[in-house]
Amino acid sequence: MTTVTTPLPDLHEKPVESSAHRFFHSYLFQKTLKALFTAWVVITLTFFLIRLLPSNPVELFIQDLMVQYGMPYHEARDQAAALFAIDLSRPLPLQYLDYMDGLLHGDLGTSILSPGTSVSSIILRFLPWTIFSVGIALMLSFTFGIMLGLFMAYHREGVMDHILTVLASILSSIPNYILGILLIIFLGVRWGIISVAATRGTLSPGVEPSLSIEFFKDALFHAALPITTYVLTTIGSWMLTMKSSTISVLEEDYVTVAKAKGLKEGRITSTYVGRNAALPMFTLLTIAIGFVVGGSVLIETIFQYQGIGYILLQSVNKRDYTVMQGVFLVITMSVIVANFFADILYSWLDPRIKLGRQE
Amino acid sequence: MGSALLGAVRSLGATLRIMSYNKVGFAGFIAVMLILFMAFVGPFFVPLDTVTKVDQIYQPPNAEHWLGTDHQGRDIFSQIVNGGKDVIIVAVVAGALSTLIAVTFGTLAGFAGGRTDSVIVSITDIVLTIPQLPLLLVLAALIKLNNIFFLGIILGALGWPSLLRAVRSQALSLKQRDFVEAARALDLGTMHIIFREIVPNMMTYIIISFALAMTGAIYAQVALVLFGLVPFSGSNWGVMLSLAWVRGAIYFKDSIWYIMMPVAAIVILQLSIVTMTRSLELVFNPRLRSGE
Repeated sequence: MTTVTTPLPDLHEKPVESSAHRFFHSYLFQKTLKALFTAWVVITLTFFLIRLLPSNPVELFIQDLMVQYGMPYHEARDQAAALFAIDLSRPLPLQYLDYMDGLLHGDLGTSILSPGTSVSSIILRFLPWTIFSVGIALMLSFTFGIMLGLFMAYHREGVMDHILTVLASILSSIPNYILGILLIIFLGVRWGIISVAATRGTLSPGVEPSLSIEFFKDALFHAALPITTYVLTTIGSWMLTMKSSTISVLEEDYVTVAKAKGLKEGRITSTYVGRNAALPMFTLLTIAIGFVVGGSVLIETIFQYQGIGYILLQSVNKRDYTVMQGVFLVITMSVIVANFFADILYSWLDPRIKLGRQE
Repeated sequence: MGSALLGAVRSLGATLRIMSYNKVGFAGFIAVMLILFMAFVGPFFVPLDTVTKVDQIYQPPNAEHWLGTDHQGRDIFSQIVNGGKDVIIVAVVAGALSTLIAVTFGTLAGFAGGRTDSVIVSITDIVLTIPQLPLLLVLAALIKLNNIFFLGIILGALGWPSLLRAVRSQALSLKQRDFVEAARALDLGTMHIIFREIVPNMMTYIIISFALAMTGAIYAQVALVLFGLVPFSGSNWGVMLSLAWVRGAIYFKDSIWYIMMPVAAIVILQLSIVTMTRSLELVFNPRLRSGE
């Protein structure tokens, strides 16, 4: 996978680089620029989606107010403008600037269906639950996936390897919402192990967020089914990726040298093989964090777990456009931020990347 | 004419034999063929049962209803047979479109390099960043996605970025190979080099990615239907699942057949497509065959 498209450092370039020049060409700056640019594209796209589509939600909402409450056009328009945090009387480019300015100040508008509630307050209320459940699930599935993958690489072509490989491919081809439905049918209804109705929501009635053991137990009880679903549907790909990563590390010279030196098998596995094989996995983990927040929509809806994904689907179904737009932006931003950290982490783990020789 | 037909049959036989080297992959291939047959030919023999029979609600499988009946006493087997066509058409349209975009622009980026390359790569990075499913949900609120071809095109238009990256890096490495250098030295032209030298050598990637793009499209479309965002008319595995779920079928003791059948159909289809790629790999990548 070598290429000559990246030019070799030109030795005839300016011999002394100014510190500003070096800063603007630094890896960190380039990546920050890329992340900001992506964020800008997504925000712009969202703005024009709600303004320019044939059935744009702002117009629809104005029509709605006029029909339902008999409001005159300008009044309905003022209300829509307030809710969407867009001043509709201004020319489009200026509206766009206002919108961007609002976003920079955290102003995502107000919910259409519950006027007076700001979109940012809705996000702040529901986002922690998604981070909580998805975070625990990712940690579990990553840790166990890595361990099983390492085990499979060491026992490759053995009985356990074959069983685990088949299991991993089956698990990763079941859509996560279908696995969620199966869990409810079998654990909840058929075998009656868990009362599905009781696990709905994020907390039982009467339990308040605090630093007590009861609170954590209750929170975990409600998050248990979503977490199980996330873990089961993502662990397969961790296992298979870690297995192939380990197999390639096992062929490296330094592992052979370590064996030749007579180092203990356990030490070779943990320090030489495990650590090096797991390094690329951490970047994948960072990327996965971003995507799981987006993927939480279906799981949270299946289990009625009130996180950010549940709110997104609710607002889509009720056509609460401002909430929809705000939540979508938050989900996308989380992917952008996660990717940014993945890039930084990767360049830190593998300094060759920084020099632009990643191909 | 006759000999050409014979030759075609013979080469088909040879291909099948190569595919059967990998048993799991071949099983997947057979399963995909059976599902295709069922979904496209089956409906001529098993018409959709649309008659409500109140006295036959939620029956377990029996001689008359092979897979039992649903909440209106309709035959589940006829719904499974008739419900695959839409799912597969959307998957094929989406898979074909995203493969087309990825192969065209991925090869172009890898082969042209320079500014063309960096523009294509930046666009890919941006599209890859936008979470697909949330975007689909938002789109479903703004536009009606109830035409299956339109749905397939939207899914395909969002699903190409990761494939494009793979194609581009393949093109970059193929560009360095001797046979491409030779073609360039002979001045055979960019079009010839891309379509005669580079693309045929990426067939493995293209076919496998096409299959994986299909599974992605199946995942997304069933999700959209299940959560009521795509108002599909008629019968479809996603609609069955959605109805079973919304009607609370899971809480009836005898309704297990109704919800499990579309689940099984979707999971088996996904699994067969994924395992089929192992056999396809053998057909398009002769280097893998020697070891088998």
